[in-house]
Amino acid sequence: MIKLFSVKQKQREAAENANGRPPVKKQSAGELRLQKDISELNLAKTTTIFFPNGKDNLLNFEITIRPDEGYYQGGTFVFSFQISQVYPHEAPKVKCKTKVYHPNIDLEGNVCLNILREDWKPVLSINSILYGLTYLFLDPNPDDPLNHEAAEVLRDNPRQFDINVKRSMSGGYVAGNHFPRCI
Amino acid sequence: MADQQQQPSSLPSSRTDDGSGMENRWRDIDRLLLRSGNLVGPGFEPGPELREALENDFRVLVIGAGGLGCELLKDLALSGFGHIDVIDMDTIDVSNLNRQFLFRIVVSFGSIRSSLSSKARAICGWKSCTAVGVDCRMQDVGKPKSEVAAARVMQRVKGVTVIPHFCKIEDKDIAFYKDFQIIVLGLDSLEARSYINSVICGFVEYEEDGSPDLSTIKPLVDGGTEGFKGHARVIIPGITPCFHCSLWLFPPQITFPLCTLAETPRSPAHCIEYAHLIQWGQDRIGEYFDADNPEHMKWIYDQALKRGEQFNISGITYSLTQGVVKNIVPAIASTNAVVAATCALETLKIATMCSTGMDIYMQYTGTEGIYLRTVPHDKDRNCIICSPGVPLEVDKSITLQKFIDTLLKDSRFKLKLSKPSVSYHGNNLYMQAPAVLEEMTRPNLQEQLLRLMGGETSDVLNINDRRLTGVLRVRVTFREGADTIDMDTAGT
Repeated sequence: MIKLFSVKQKQREAAENANGRPPVKKQSAGELRLQKDISELNLAKTTTIFFPNGKDNLLNFEITIRPDEGYYQGGTFVFSFQISQVYPHEAPKVKCKTKVYHPNIDLEGNVCLNILREDWKPVLSINSILYGLTYLFLDPNPDDPLNHEAAEVLRDNPRQFDINVKRSMSGGYVAGNHFPRCI
Repeated sequence: MADQQQQPSSLPSSRTDDGSGMENRWRDIDRLLLRSGNLVGPGFEPGPELREALENDFRVLVIGAGGLGCELLKDLALSGFGHIDVIDMDTIDVSNLNRQFLFRIVVSFGSIRSSLSSKARAICGWKSCTAVGVDCRMQDVGKPKSEVAAARVMQRVKGVTVIPHFCKIEDKDIAFYKDFQIIVLGLDSLEARSYINSVICGFVEYEEDGSPDLSTIKPLVDGGTEGFKGHARVIIPGITPCFHCSLWLFPPQITFPLCTLAETPRSPAHCIEYAHLIQWGQDRIGEYFDADNPEHMKWIYDQALKRGEQFNISGITYSLTQGVVKNIVPAIASTNAVVAATCALETLKIATMCSTGMDIYMQYTGTEGIYLRTVPHDKDRNCIICSPGVPLEVDKSITLQKFIDTLLKDSRFKLKLSKPSVSYHGNNLYMQAPAVLEEMTRPNLQEQLLRLMGGETSDVLNINDRRLTGVLRVRVTFREGADTIDMDTAGT
C-alpha cells in the first residue's frame, strides 16, 4: 500500500488541465489490439480491405473476397466488420453484405462460422477470420447449415448446387429467391 | 412533479436534524482516525485533520447510481466524505426499486388517484388498491437515477454535497475526471470499466527513473456484482495491476453456434436467440432492435414461443427472454451491500491510511454459505494500458521516418522490430499494412513527430510489429534545441 494523499499539508488541487490543447482522443484496449491486428494483416490476393471512416477509425471496415477457385470462383462478396471496444474479448460482428446462395450464409447475411461465435478466442485475430471466410467459399459445409435449402442441394446433388451457385451469382432466381449479380 | 419531490420530508427526520444525535455521529469514524494502531497504513498520521479533510478537501466520484451506486453513495456519505459527485446515464425503472433503495414509489392512504396504472398497483402488492383508497404514485420512476440519488443522500446525511451528472461517462471531458482524488465504480459493463481504467492510466506521469509521479495517480476502487457473486478491487495506476492487466479473468460470453439455433434448437435459450438474432432481421427488415422497447421484446418472446412449440421445447417465459437477450442476471441486494461496503472502506483507507489496504482483489460468493477471500494479482509488465513504456529521448525536429530509423537502430529493440507501425493514441501515424493504410499514412513519414503528436513534449507511442507478441509502448520525450546537428546524417 502506498500513501498518496498528504492531508496535513492540504490537498493540492489538480491544476494541470489548462495547457490549451485539445484533449487527445482516448483509445480503448480494443482499438489498441485492433491496431496491432490491422498493421499485421496478411491479405491474400483474393482479399481487399476498405476503411469507410478513414485511417484513424479501424473499428468498422469492409472486406471483399473474390474466390479464385471452387463453386464461387469469379464472384465478389463484401463483408462488413464491426469491432467492439472490448475486442478481442468479444468476437467481431461480421455480416455478408452481398446476397449469396450459400449453405452457411443466410439471405440476411448472417454467417455461420464457428470462430465468429462459439469458438472465438482472444488469441485469434482478424487474419484468422479472413482465412475462415475464404475457406467457407472454397469448401461450403452442408452439415452446418443456415440456408437449409442450399445445404440439402449441396449434400444430395453437388452438380445441381454448382448450377444454382452460378445462376445466383449471375443475377438469377434460385428456389424463388432473387440474387443480385456479383460476378 | 414538484409536490412529489417533497414527499420524503414526511419521513422521520429526527436522525439527521436532532442535535443530540449529531454529537455521536463521528464516534466510530473517529476511532479509526484519531488513534494509531498495529494495522494502520504507511505514513498514517492520526488526528482531527483527517476528518476535516474528508469533509472539505476530498472529492470522490461515484460512477453508477444503480444497485451498487445507491449503496456506495450512502456508505461514502456516512463515512465522512463531504463532496461526492455521481454519474449515471439511466433513468429509474420500476424493476430497480427492490434494491436501489434511494428510489421509491410512495404508498399512502388517501384519495384515490384515477391515473394510477394497474402496473403500479400490482407493484404496491395491494390488489385491492383502489377499494381501500391507497394512493400509490410512481414517484421516482422515469427520473434520472443520479439526480434522485444525489437529492436523497443529501436529505438524509447532513453536511454532504452530492452533485449529480445525468450523462454517459464518455460525454465528460477527460479533464472532468482530473478534479477527483478517488474514483469509485459501481458499474455493470466491461466497456465502461475499461474506459475509465484507460482514462486514469493515461493521467499517470513518470519520473526520469521510470517511477510514477505520485501526484498524478488517481486511485480507482471497482465493485461489481452478478447475482450472488461479487468482487471489489483497488487499482492504483502505475503501481498495482490495472483493469486491463487481468481482463482475461472475465469469462467469455456464452454464445451458441448460429447453425444450432437455425437447425437443432434444444433449449429455451436457443429459441429466444433464434428469434433475436435471425428472425428479427428476416421479418422486420431495416428495423433496429431495441432491447428496452417492450413491443420489440414482446415480439421476440412471441416468436420464441412459436419456435418452442415447433420443436417441443417448453419453459420459454417473458422474463427468460429478457434475461437471454439483455444478458440479465438477477441482482441481489445483499451482494450489492457487501461489495459496496468493501469499496467504501477501501476508499476511506486510501484517503486516510487509517488501515492497510486489501491485497488486492476481493471475491465474494454467497450462493452456498458465504465464501470470501482476497487474491493478489500481478501487474502485466507489458500491459498496453498501464505499462510506463520504454523511455526514448529524441530531438524536437525529428521526422517520423527518422524516428522509425532510430527505433530500428536502438539496441534495446534489437531483433524485436522489422517493419514497425507507429500510432499515437487513436491516430495511426504510419501503418506498414494493409496497402491502403500504408498509402494513406505514407505522407506522415516526412512530417515532424512533435507536430504529429500535437505538440505534446512527452507521451507514449504504440509500436506494432510482426515480431512483437504485443504492443510496444515507447515513451518519447523531446529534447530542446531544434538547431542541433542531426547525428544520423552527420555520421554518414
